[in-house]
This record gives sequence, structure tokens and C-alpha cells, in this order.
Amino acid sequence: MPTVPATAVADPVPGAGAPHLPRQPDLVQLLTPEGQRVEDPVYSIDPTPDELRGLYRDLVLVRRWDTEATALQRQGELGLWASLLGQEAAQVGAGHALRPDDMAFPTYREHGVAWVRGVDPLHVMSLFRGVDNGGWDPVETGFNLYTIVIPAQTLHATGYAMGVQRDGAETAVLAFFGDGATSQGEINEAMIWAASFQAPVVFFCQNNQYAISAPIERQSRVPLYQRAAGFGFPGVRVDGNDVLAVLAVTRAALAAAREGQGPTFIEAFTYRMGAHTTSDDPTRYRLADELEEWKLRDPIARLKVYLAHEGLGDADFFAGVEAEGDELAARIRSGTTSMEPPPAVSMFDAVYAEQTPPLAAQRAEFEAYQASFEGSSS
Amino acid sequence: MTTETLTIGKALNLGLRRAMEDDAKVVLMGEDIGRLGGVFRITDGLQKDFGEARVVDTPLAEAGIVGTAVGLAMRGYRPVCEIQFDGFVFPAFNQLVTQVAKMHARSQGRVPMPVVIRIPFGGGIGAVEHHSESPEAYFAHTPGLKVVAVSNPVDAYWGIQQAIAAPDPVVFLEPKRRYWEKAEVDLDATPEPLFGSRVVRGGDDVTVLAYGPMVKTALQAADAAAEEGRSLEVVDLRTLSPLDLDPVIASVRRTGRCVVVHEAQTTLGLGAEIAARVTEQCFHSLEAPVLRVGGWDVPYPPARMEEEYLPDLDRVLDAVDRAMAF
Repeated sequence: MPTVPATAVADPVPGAGAPHLPRQPDLVQLLTPEGQRVEDPVYSIDPTPDELRGLYRDLVLVRRWDTEATALQRQGELGLWASLLGQEAAQVGAGHALRPDDMAFPTYREHGVAWVRGVDPLHVMSLFRGVDNGGWDPVETGFNLYTIVIPAQTLHATGYAMGVQRDGAETAVLAFFGDGATSQGEINEAMIWAASFQAPVVFFCQNNQYAISAPIERQSRVPLYQRAAGFGFPGVRVDGNDVLAVLAVTRAALAAAREGQGPTFIEAFTYRMGAHTTSDDPTRYRLADELEEWKLRDPIARLKVYLAHEGLGDADFFAGVEAEGDELAARIRSGTTSMEPPPAVSMFDAVYAEQTPPLAAQRAEFEAYQASFEGSSS
Repeated sequence: MTTETLTIGKALNLGLRRAMEDDAKVVLMGEDIGRLGGVFRITDGLQKDFGEARVVDTPLAEAGIVGTAVGLAMRGYRPVCEIQFDGFVFPAFNQLVTQVAKMHARSQGRVPMPVVIRIPFGGGIGAVEHHSESPEAYFAHTPGLKVVAVSNPVDAYWGIQQAIAAPDPVVFLEPKRRYWEKAEVDLDATPEPLFGSRVVRGGDDVTVLAYGPMVKTALQAADAAAEEGRSLEVVDLRTLSPLDLDPVIASVRRTGRCVVVHEAQTTLGLGAEIAARVTEQCFHSLEAPVLRVGGWDVPYPPARMEEEYLPDLDRVLDAVDRAMAF
């Protein structure tokens, strides 16, 4: 069997390799890395100054949360952290495109969307501390629990959207996943179902260029957004580090879904600036030059430049957001470090909606075993 | 009292119909279940009467059927998924085990999963590969799922309605080779609880446990044993997760002997768990070890050999002889 050298698949298709944002003619962009507003022939947005400042604030705060969480993991307070560093605009932009009664189905990295949906960061921290599997209410927040198995949630999102259709509701569903997920069978099933039933679901792919160590070239020989054509619905690639473009594109796709036009595939072209998780070491599989190049496309810096240049944010505003970030970080730190797990016996309590006699008996056995140590000298 | 003579298949069909009439949130999903009525015709006529939104002819993708059922359940629906044959459940195994089973626990009870997975299971129909499997142990081993197996038209009619009304996910195993077995079904009766075992024939010498298609085999063995002067007590387990062993324990304490019968491969099958539990709770009453009669530990064989693979009357009686010889 002939062997193909690894180099043979490096950037085999124009537009399929990283990093090459400026050379992307098919990339929707409304704010350049230099902070210049540009127009797109299809997608436009006209945010108010308050909205722009609000987007900036969210970007800064979720990055501050992320930084604090990484530090807390290093200090042994979290078992693991999946950093969103570099993907703030993709997540904050997508989160802001959602209406209150829309529903989002995240992976395990969508802290920025969680933030926009009003999920208490401590309810995310509890998952990574090992206290629970996520402490927020998916129904109340319109934000499902994190899904670890890639990409099981894309089918859940599609089924939820089929329920929306049956309810006759004006609700759209946003399914998050990454570039690696697109190789899985389940997401291909999800897209087939969504197309077949014209379900109001938007597939939001954050192409951060890596699935842990595997580069995008290992997952796809074509730009990901072009896959949508094969399923029979529109695909669009957006600058994932441009919060305005992400907001505009996602808002349009969700609106189309609500109006009965079926699914859209959005490829938010971005970059994972940090490690896959705190257990990962990206220096083993990617070059520092690449990271430096992407730093020039930072999602926060470009909006800051734009706000400052347009006179929409002064030094006091930026300092105020920084201070707010520090307050948030302090709250997250104290809340996380003081977080205790519930009594271990609670693990028996929600396995079923209707408890079974054998499990109730095992619960009693566990309690009796624990009680047998009470009063012992050790 | 309205009584009808029904096959298991027709009883399931009527039970599904009644569940759909009772609750507008019940949605049937599966391959070929609408226009065709399912390859076994269990859903015959339901799409015509309830429409395509409630009896959904899905794409050919089992993970998709179960995965979208999760989302529908989150939206307040009660999806009833048909897996066309037992051997085709495995593409959906990930969704069942990692998602359906865990959703209630991982959400601390905030996200219920009232999903039913109907699976025609077991062999004896002369089918090709992957059409004769007994996958129940995989699901009974998975916390968060409930697993039942019906053996007769009465349980089929009521059981499917009870499974649909249950707040937890239920893997509902249908004995495909018995689909055409008939019995009188009282459509106005008060049904027995879904998650309970039942003594279906009283006896004194050996307790024989079975479920699904093997209940009939066990009853035939009891008839044959009676001719030889042996009295077998037969228990239809009905529920495999949770197990309801109270009737079993009471029986074995009396008979002192226990034989478990299932089509599934013997090693680590339900019989192994039951043997362990019966031994724990009946140790001082046992006159013989708990014996298992199951499929051999081989891939389900080609159809011309399946009669040698499947437990039958003679193998059950052989185990009874061995139990009595201790």
C-alpha cells in the first residue's frame, strides 16, 4: 500500500489552510484586524454605540474569566479548563444573535455564549471543578448543558428544532461545534435531518484550525462551509474574530430559520490561541509563528481600536471595563475555591425521574457503609 | 369489558394508537414506519390517522433517530423510536448510552428523557446476520435506562402505553418471533405495573426464569416436565432494568432450585446478574447452583444453525435435570 507523506496534505486546497485570512475572498468581514469598518455586499449591521460598547465589554469579560479559570486550574482548583482564548468574538457574536426564546446547544468551550445567555460563570466552573456536570438550568437560560461527546448535541439541536416546528413557534436553534466535529457521522446525520425536515436550526462551526493536535487539513479537503451545499442548504464563512460580522451573519441565519427557510451552516474562521485544554501542549504540534500571526487578528484589539478611533470609548470606559473584569475574576475565584461538592449520596438521586427499588436499596447500602465509620477513632 | 383476541403485533399497534390519542406530544419516529407501517407492520395505519408530523418516516440513520428524539424530548415531546432490527441499534448506541441515559442525572433532574426505544429482538425467524440479536444486557448495564421485554399480547398492549407514559427512557424489547402469537386482551383492564415480574405458572421443584420470546419456551418446558412428574414454577421477568426479583426470591426460597433462560449469549448476560443476586439472597435455601441456559458465546450463527444456538425446550429440561441431580 503506498504511503502518503504527511506533507502531502498540507494546505492542498486553496483556502483550506491556516492562516490566511486576508486572502479569503469568501470571508464575510465587517471589521478588519486593523479596526477598520468595511462593508459586505450581503451582510450589514448598524449597531448603536451602546451595543458596540456592550460587545466590547462582553469580549473583555469572557477573556478575563477565561484567564482566571486557566490560573485556577494551574493552582489545582479546577480539574481541567477548556480555554476559549481567541474565540471570544465568534462566541459573543453568536450569543448576541440569539433571541431570549431561542435555544443554544454548546460544546464544552462555549463560555462566551454562556456568558451572553446569562449563565452564572460559577455554574460553569462547578463542572470543571468536578462538583457537578454544569449547574445551570438549560430551559431557563435557553442554553443546553455542555456536551462532551463530539458532536452529539448537533442531533439534539435538530430534534429540538423539529419540536419547534411542531409547536409552530418562532424560535430558532443554534448548534455549536468545531472543525474536528465535522468528521463525525452524527453531525452529518444532523445536517441530513435538518435539511430533510427544513428544521429551524443553524449549524455554527468554530473552525479554530485544530482538533487538539490534528489540523483542519486532516478533517477536510474543502473549506468547511462548502459542505453545506452537499446537504442542500446555504453555507457561509465569516471572520470568526470579527464580532460584528459574526453577529450579522448569525442573526441573518437565525432569522431565516425562524421564517421557515431551514438550516444554514456558518463557518466562523478563527483560531484557538491557547491549548485544547489545560492538559494539552500545543508547542508539540504547531509553530510559534502561526500563533504570532493570529495575534495580529485578535478579536478584542480590533474592536478597541475601532471604538477609540470613532470616539465611542475613552480611557475611562476602557479602564472601567478592565476594573469590571477584575471584579468578575475575584468573584469567580472566591466562588470557585469555596465550592464544595454535594453529599456523595446525591449521586443516586437523579439517575431516574422515578427511582427504582434496586437503586434505592443500593443507596441505603452506601449510606449504611458510610455511617459505619461514624464515631471511629480514625 | 371490551375483549379482543390480538396478536402481539396488533396489540402493540393498538397500544401505540391509544397512547397517541391520550397524549398529543407522543411522536413516532423510525425507518419505514409511516407509509409502509414498519417492516413488521407494528405502526400500520398510524401515519394515515395521525399525520406525518406524528408518525415520522425518518432518514436511514439510527443515531439520528435517537439523537433527534433527545432534542424532541427536551422540547416537551414523548418520542417513540422504532429500531428496525436489534442489530441496527448499535449506530445509535452512542446516543443511547452517553446521552439518553445520562441526561436526567447530569442535569440534576432538570431535563427529563421520556423516550421509548422499541426494538424487535431475538432470533428464530431464519433471518440473515444482524436480524436476530439480543442486546438487552448492554442496556441493562447502563444506569439511566430502563429495559423491559414483553412476552404476550396483554403486556404488549399495556406495556407500550406504560413505557410511553413513563418519565424515564425505556428500551422496549419486542419478541419478534412471537409477533403473531395470539391472546385475549381486555382493553378496559387495570394493567399490572410495567416494572414488575410475574409468576406465570406455579410449581414446586424448580423456578425457571425467562423473558420475551423465552417465556413461551419455558412454559412448554413446564408442560413437558409435568408429564414426567416435575413441577416447574415459571416467572416472566418482564422488567430487566430495574430487575424485580422479589417474586423470584420468594419462589427460589421455596423450590431451592433456579434456572435462568435467555437467548442472549450466556457470559455476562442477564442470567449472570440474576444468578449472583439469587445466590446472595437465597444461599441457605439453594439445593443446587443457579444454572443458566443461554445462547452460546459465539456470534449469532447463520439461520440454518440457529436452532442449535437458541435455548429450546430440551435445553431447558436438561438444565432442570442437572439442577434436580444436585
